Amino acid sequence: MALLSNAAVLLGKEVRTEFRSRELLSTTMVFVLIVVVVFSFTFDPTSTESRRFGPGLLWMAFLFAASLMLQPCFLREQVNDTLGALRLAVEDPFAVFLAKIAANTVFLLFTELVMLPVFAALFNVSFGSQLPGVLLTFLLGSLGISIVGTALAAISAQARMRELLLPLLLLPLLTPILVVSTEVTIRLMQPEPYLEWKGIGLMAAFDAVFLTVLWLFGEYLLEE
Amino acid sequence: MPAAPGRPIGVQFDQVEKRYGAVYALRNLTLGIAAGECVAIAGRNGSGKTTLLRVAAQLVRPGTGTVAYSGASEVRRPKIGFVGHATMVYDELTAEENLLFFARLLGVASPGKHVAELLREVALEDRKDSLLRTFSRGMRQRVAIARALLASPSLLLFDEPGTGLDKESGAWLTEQLRRLRDSGCTILMSLHGESETARLATRAIRLETGSVVADTRRGALFQTIFSAPGC
Repeated sequence: MALLSNAAVLLGKEVRTEFRSRELLSTTMVFVLIVVVVFSFTFDPTSTESRRFGPGLLWMAFLFAASLMLQPCFLREQVNDTLGALRLAVEDPFAVFLAKIAANTVFLLFTELVMLPVFAALFNVSFGSQLPGVLLTFLLGSLGISIVGTALAAISAQARMRELLLPLLLLPLLTPILVVSTEVTIRLMQPEPYLEWKGIGLMAAFDAVFLTVLWLFGEYLLEE
Repeated sequence: MPAAPGRPIGVQFDQVEKRYGAVYALRNLTLGIAAGECVAIAGRNGSGKTTLLRVAAQLVRPGTGTVAYSGASEVRRPKIGFVGHATMVYDELTAEENLLFFARLLGVASPGKHVAELLREVALEDRKDSLLRTFSRGMRQRVAIARALLASPSLLLFDEPGTGLDKESGAWLTEQLRRLRDSGCTILMSLHGESETARLATRAIRLETGSVVADTRRGALFQTIFSAPGC
């Protein structure tokens, strides 16, 4: 219970500071918007082409947006050594990770949901009938990106070449979930859309495996 | 005034070594701090004072050797109040939000009341709704000290706590430390030069290149610890 209550307090702080500064959300939203708009002019947005390229472009935009969002999540804790204060205050250091993962997922999901209508309009696709499936795919995909990204952000924050290290580590590790998320999204954009449960299962398994690894070894990532 | 500390705890460093690259921050350090002691640590810059305090706070894992806490076997993590070189508080939160946030994490009973009391103690009641980034260094340090005292710690680790404090705030800090010392809290603080705060100590230690080179109780030798060049 202490773990969850600590995580809830930490999440409240993350949300409060973000909505006060709006640094991450504004940056990532502008970034995703630019990517989606630029690609909508590059490809002829007929429905057939959109269904082939759209999901890949969408997840690529989300990935780069996430890497922008993930980088500062531990760097900000180093400015005044607040990470040290957190480690002294929480009973279980996993609470710090849990809160950061939840915050990153919420921010990423928020960006995705704001961008979804823009993408649908520019690429001439409709998700209407499959909205619950799209939401589930976005949730599991964003959660996977956040779990791996938060862990790697903790590692890279202590490294010398931190700005380079995170994207370098992030891309290979996220390839499996990005491929599955794209495949599941493609099925949802077909003329006869359906939710591919096998893909959803794979995404959930990816999230569970990395969350467990973080729960077991996360404490070492926070050490100086 | 913060509540009385919990049961005081002692710290035992046994053959502790910590290196940053080729540089030894602590070298084969064996040192026992008894529960309830108030120890001042002196030493030149780079002598290992900060590393010693961070190892004691479990913020830095020693390369070799062990750190054990006596009298705290019933708790997994002893209650430690730590004030470091950095303020360890959030610039984008207000003074009250910072203290409430940490109070909730620490499971402090009636956090609102406790925080209001602490803000009054550190004379920041009228600035409680201001963001910390608008505070001076001394005001931030007062918030940092209030944060360290939030959970009525059994062990206080202060790394040059007087940094940035004006005369009045320095006197307040000395008074708080005196009360905590008298109530049995174990205090380990690094200081530069002899001061009112240093005179609270019941024991003084001098570090050089990560090793203890002088260790004395109150008495004739006490002043020599702080009068050494660079201390």
